[in-house]
Amino acid sequence: MTAVLPPAIGAADAGEYPLNPTGAHLDADRVSAWFGTHKVLERISLSMPPGTVTALIGPSGCGKSTFLRILNRLHELVPSAKLAGEVRLNGQDIYAQGSAVTETRKRIGMVFQKPNPFPAMSIGENVVAGLKLTGTRANRSERTSLIEECLRRGGLWDEVKDRLGAPGGSLSGGQQQRLCIARSLAVRPDVLLMDEPCSALDPTSTRRIEETIGTLRDQVTIVIVTHNMQQAARVSQQCAFFLAEQGTPGQIVEAGATTDIFEHPQDPRTADYVHGRFG
Amino acid sequence: MTTLIDLRPAGSSPEPEKDSPRAIRKSLSVADRIFRWGSTGIGTVVLVVTGAVGLFLGYQLIPTLHTYGLHFFTQTQWDPETNVLGIAEVLLGTVEVAIIAVVFAFPLSLLTALYISEYAPWWLRGFLIAMVDLMAAIPSILFAMWGVFLINDHAAYVSRWLNEFFGWVPFFHVSGGEPRAAVFILSLYTSSPAIAGMVVAMMVIPLATAVMLGVFGQAPLSEREGAYALGSTRWGMIQSVVLPFGRGGIVGGTMLALGRALGETVAVSLILSQNFDVKLRPLEIGGITTAKLIANYFNESSSGQLSALLAAGFVLFAITILVNSVAAVIVSRGRSGAQTEI
Amino acid sequence: MSSVVKAGPGLSPPVAGQAPDDSRDIPRNVTAATVDYQLTLLGSLVGSLGLVWLLYTQVLPFSGPIGFVICWYVAFVGLFAAVTAVQHGRTIVLDRVWMAVITGAAALVGVALIATVTYIVIRGWAAAHHLNFITQSESAADQDSPLTQGGILNAIIGSLIQLGIATAITLPLGIGTAVYMVEVGGRFARVVRTVVEAMTALPDILAGLFIYAFLIVALGFERSGFAAALALSVMMLPIIARSADVALRVVPGGLREASLALGATQWRTVWRVVLPTQRTGLATAVILGMARAVGETAPVLITSGASTFYTWNPFGEPMNSLPLYIYTAVRSPQQKFIERGFGAGIVLLVMVLVLFATARFLARSKAGRR
Repeated sequence: MTAVLPPAIGAADAGEYPLNPTGAHLDADRVSAWFGTHKVLERISLSMPPGTVTALIGPSGCGKSTFLRILNRLHELVPSAKLAGEVRLNGQDIYAQGSAVTETRKRIGMVFQKPNPFPAMSIGENVVAGLKLTGTRANRSERTSLIEECLRRGGLWDEVKDRLGAPGGSLSGGQQQRLCIARSLAVRPDVLLMDEPCSALDPTSTRRIEETIGTLRDQVTIVIVTHNMQQAARVSQQCAFFLAEQGTPGQIVEAGATTDIFEHPQDPRTADYVHGRFG
Repeated sequence: MTTLIDLRPAGSSPEPEKDSPRAIRKSLSVADRIFRWGSTGIGTVVLVVTGAVGLFLGYQLIPTLHTYGLHFFTQTQWDPETNVLGIAEVLLGTVEVAIIAVVFAFPLSLLTALYISEYAPWWLRGFLIAMVDLMAAIPSILFAMWGVFLINDHAAYVSRWLNEFFGWVPFFHVSGGEPRAAVFILSLYTSSPAIAGMVVAMMVIPLATAVMLGVFGQAPLSEREGAYALGSTRWGMIQSVVLPFGRGGIVGGTMLALGRALGETVAVSLILSQNFDVKLRPLEIGGITTAKLIANYFNESSSGQLSALLAAGFVLFAITILVNSVAAVIVSRGRSGAQTEI
Repeated sequence: MSSVVKAGPGLSPPVAGQAPDDSRDIPRNVTAATVDYQLTLLGSLVGSLGLVWLLYTQVLPFSGPIGFVICWYVAFVGLFAAVTAVQHGRTIVLDRVWMAVITGAAALVGVALIATVTYIVIRGWAAAHHLNFITQSESAADQDSPLTQGGILNAIIGSLIQLGIATAITLPLGIGTAVYMVEVGGRFARVVRTVVEAMTALPDILAGLFIYAFLIVALGFERSGFAAALALSVMMLPIIARSADVALRVVPGGLREASLALGATQWRTVWRVVLPTQRTGLATAVILGMARAVGETAPVLITSGASTFYTWNPFGEPMNSLPLYIYTAVRSPQQKFIERGFGAGIVLLVMVLVLFATARFLARSKAGRR
């Protein structure tokens, strides 16, 4: 299947889906969410296929981040949080009884809005922190090559290769964010979730991260939450517009190929939003 | 230089050669002067009063050393009747009891703090934190009563058991303890430094737990979620985020507990049976600490002996100040230090 | 509400073949323990109980219920780890072992602390549940009198008088010092702060010994309630000054500047803006200092002397107080006196509880106002 797509920066095959994408198929099926008795998401259904970058857009407070956190079971860390529906990773419900939450989170990585490298660890240790945390054994040479591989994929290798022993907190904000991406990649996830990864960064760092996303998209399935319409247009192939109107829970107003959403939105609210008339 | 509009204020003096800061005269109102002088006065009074306590105690070292010489630090006995006074055994006993207390208190308060901040159900957490604070406010004499009437006898069995099976380790030896004897003398194992230390541990656990809780609670959510998002278990997250972040608080809280344990009076006084023998056998009956020494002898001392008692108190005070200062430095060095008060 | 959901590339509309029903929209319980986990836990608990029961009398060198519980717990942790290891990797085993260890330690501390309080309440109830216990003085009973005669009212009054005097001394001095350290500042203030912080390390008995050596031995005053109050003040002053300092330092500088920018003097700024902002914080500091002081035994032991009758005059005559009464009672060989001591323990516990609850209430009402 082909679609007219915006050029994805850094992706060699811009305009085409890669023929054999790796990564997993992630499906949300009628996901609702509550904080206490307050319902924040209403029956979200969305399919996120491999080889695509899915952008979740919409004004603040419409539940995009909550939805993203539901996708790798971080939602349940909030004491009063509840949810309904299913999230399927390659057809398996990640919330099913007996599904190991740590295994799920390992397969579905996440990059946060604010870079959060572990400050007590060096740059190299940060990259392989996931191995330690999930009990994956690796010898020294495997670890060294993994550090290099992930830092290269995260687009950070050239900047830090001479100081892998420096603390993770010594990097600039943009570098820290790419370190966090490298850290997520080191556990070899099938899906990478990104929660406004560039909102705390300067334009140059943002561009570097967008390039990184472009090169990663044929390796892992990527879902990105962003407030930045241009960014959504640049990096994503499909797009879902979330909206929560006056106290109602957040819903998907419109979802589809990014070009369609931006050029021929079906819903007037989508048109208003992508043309910057509110939000 | 031509300017279209002259923006200089009218009447301004010609440009000086170079600008130098001009003095701003602070003209305080009368009320403010009274306020500043008054509060400075209060500060001075408090400085003098609190400082006087330290100086007064420290000053007593001079007549004490004059009378008893440097033997004051090496002599083990404290016998007012023969006027042989020394603090060697007293200090040793103080440190012994305090360290035993911390050996019990450190792991228990660390694990309790971890339970409350990481494992307890969220609806229970606030209540548990309040309970820890409340327990920290419970007077030490109440813990002492519990120790004297309930723990003393029961813990003696544990001591006997330890002596029976680990008596070959000098630390667990009890002289005269014949574990294989048909009738053993339980009283040998009661009123020992180990039991006093256990009871002191009970009263410093809430204190140490409260300090650690304060720090653990500040471990950033973003880092916790970062660890979870990588597929970490709860313990993995604690190990990689909470414990490194809370290191300052853990050490600081423990040191604070140590400082409190060193100065504890009533619990030790009521439990420990007085004995000046130099022995490092904490399971065995008898021992002495500085605070107990003071409580026992303040009444029956000549003025020279009272000086010696005050000097002993000063040495104790010096140790606790040292411990607390080290704790303060360690806590302030930690990443979490800025918001922590101990 | 109808929404346009467009099927795009790789995007599926609400899953076909499933009628839109409401059954899916009820919250799922996703954090509940898995069956595997519950069985492992239960099995380990029961298994270790059986194992220890079997071995306990035969092999192990223990006796008594305490030893049994310890053995059971150790066996449980071991078994729990072993059963988990059959199915899971090392990280999960470690996670579960640490969970068991941490929960066990917390339970131990909780039980010990609750036991302390309940033990005192149970043993003291016999004496404390008679009304005369808090309405009569010690002198109303001799050592053979039944518990329905005599009480500890004189010690309660003594405690309140001493606490009152100590608070009257330390409240203005402590808060005044904090105001000086925060609002005036300067190099000398740093010296004051250093000394005050060092003095919080003063062991409580030394506060008493200082007053004893200075006031009673050197200056020749009698042991009295006032001397005890002074000893308590020496102990309380650094504590209150320090926590008031912490409370005042939290006041945002912007508030002060806003007040000064309106043309207020510094004095008015402190009095009208800074202190009211932290009113509850300061009150909490003072009340927790009082809670600490009311239970302090060591300083009053040395300075106040003890009497068994009502003493209203804090100067020149001995005055009993609750901690001192308890200390004396606990050391006495007479069972009745010991029971009365436990009764006094309940009263002291209640006083501390009331002070603590007041502090909490103030802190909470402040939080609610924000």
